[in-house]
Amino acid sequence: MKGAFVLRSDRARKKWRVEGPHFRGEAVYALLHDTRGERPRTFAATNSMHWGPTLRTSGDNGATWSEPGPQTVRFPADSGRALAQIWQIASGRATEPDVFYCGVEPAALFESRDGGESWQPNQGLLNHEHQPKWQPGGGGLCLHTVVLDPDNPRRMLIAISSGGVYRSDDGGKSWRARNVGVRAQFLPEEHRYPEFGQCVHKVVHHPARPERLFLQNHWGLYRSDDWGDNWRDIANGVPSDFGFAMQMHPHDPDTVYIVPIEADIFRATPEAKLRVYRTRNAGASWQPLTKGLPQSGAYENVLRDALTADSFDSAGIYFGTRSGKLYGSRDEGATWTEIAGGLPPIVCVKTGTAGAA
Amino acid sequence: MITVELPNVLCSYTADNPSLVLDEPCKTVGDALAALGRKSPGALDRIMDERGDVRRHVNLFVNGENVRFLDGLSTPVPNGATIFVLAAVSGG
Repeated sequence: MKGAFVLRSDRARKKWRVEGPHFRGEAVYALLHDTRGERPRTFAATNSMHWGPTLRTSGDNGATWSEPGPQTVRFPADSGRALAQIWQIASGRATEPDVFYCGVEPAALFESRDGGESWQPNQGLLNHEHQPKWQPGGGGLCLHTVVLDPDNPRRMLIAISSGGVYRSDDGGKSWRARNVGVRAQFLPEEHRYPEFGQCVHKVVHHPARPERLFLQNHWGLYRSDDWGDNWRDIANGVPSDFGFAMQMHPHDPDTVYIVPIEADIFRATPEAKLRVYRTRNAGASWQPLTKGLPQSGAYENVLRDALTADSFDSAGIYFGTRSGKLYGSRDEGATWTEIAGGLPPIVCVKTGTAGAA
Repeated sequence: MITVELPNVLCSYTADNPSLVLDEPCKTVGDALAALGRKSPGALDRIMDERGDVRRHVNLFVNGENVRFLDGLSTPVPNGATIFVLAAVSGG
């Protein structure tokens, strides 16, 4: 919430060197390290309370950052909207190394086709007939998730809090709400399954099984096997189906990580225990991962982009708390260590690999 | 001639120059900001959003008066005036 910290380690991931803060005093809600092109590119979405949001880049793995220039992610003058925050920066497909996406607040999707130099709003979403009825969640009306079909360049999916999930099958020209089976707990009982308006917190999938999606909702844990056409409840054995963060295992399409939170009116880990839950069977059951994590007095919260993974064979899983603690596991969640504490509130944790591993 | 005084945090947009002299004729604060934007579009983006609204936590002073309590962007700027751009009393 007060800058970006870069933590570096080697392949062993035992010792970490902390650098920063970069962008001192500015909130950084989105980060991306992209290695598709000839040279790695790192993006940071910074937001100054006074001077507004900017998009910054680094060509040396986060050691130094570009000076901000004119605002490149901007709404058209006739839209009546102004950029409040960039919530997500996503890489395009592997075959399109210069394509990037930004999900922003107020809810909209921007696309760059020149490596992040210039950005254009997606007109199909900007002018969507549902758009006037989307409502802001606690963090604002944000488009925070971009999921691409790696095989079909015409299909992509986004999630909005609170608008729900939308999918395009025509390259982003038109978008259909894909929320059948997803509950909106905050609506009157007979209206809790609307066409759109759900407060979706995160959607993930694995590129090896792109049609199978997992969704952490503002109350509700779901899976879809058909690109979001239908959703079914998979909250099997979790202490709460409320939560924000959700992370796919980098290699196993059946394994997903979440951090359940007690309730929307008490956003803290249930029973004051900091537990990551993992399913290894695509949601049929979930098990707590606790070794090395505090199991008493831990009233923590982990936000939607503060849980992530690396790409090593024995996958590293990492998360940051609103209380400024960064935890990591080098063994896919079996054991955890506190990597850093005393940081400002953590809203975003992302990984990247650089150089010889 | 109007002078715009920028805070240090915005000097990265103006080659480290905190004081910009506008040699275009400007009748109002809005005219002056438009002229500033032609010299330094990045600095203007930090002061105003893309709707043309001054950011909520930014204050503009003309000869010591906060333009929020005058006529906003329509506030007249007499020749020789200085516009101070300051962060409001809020922070992160």
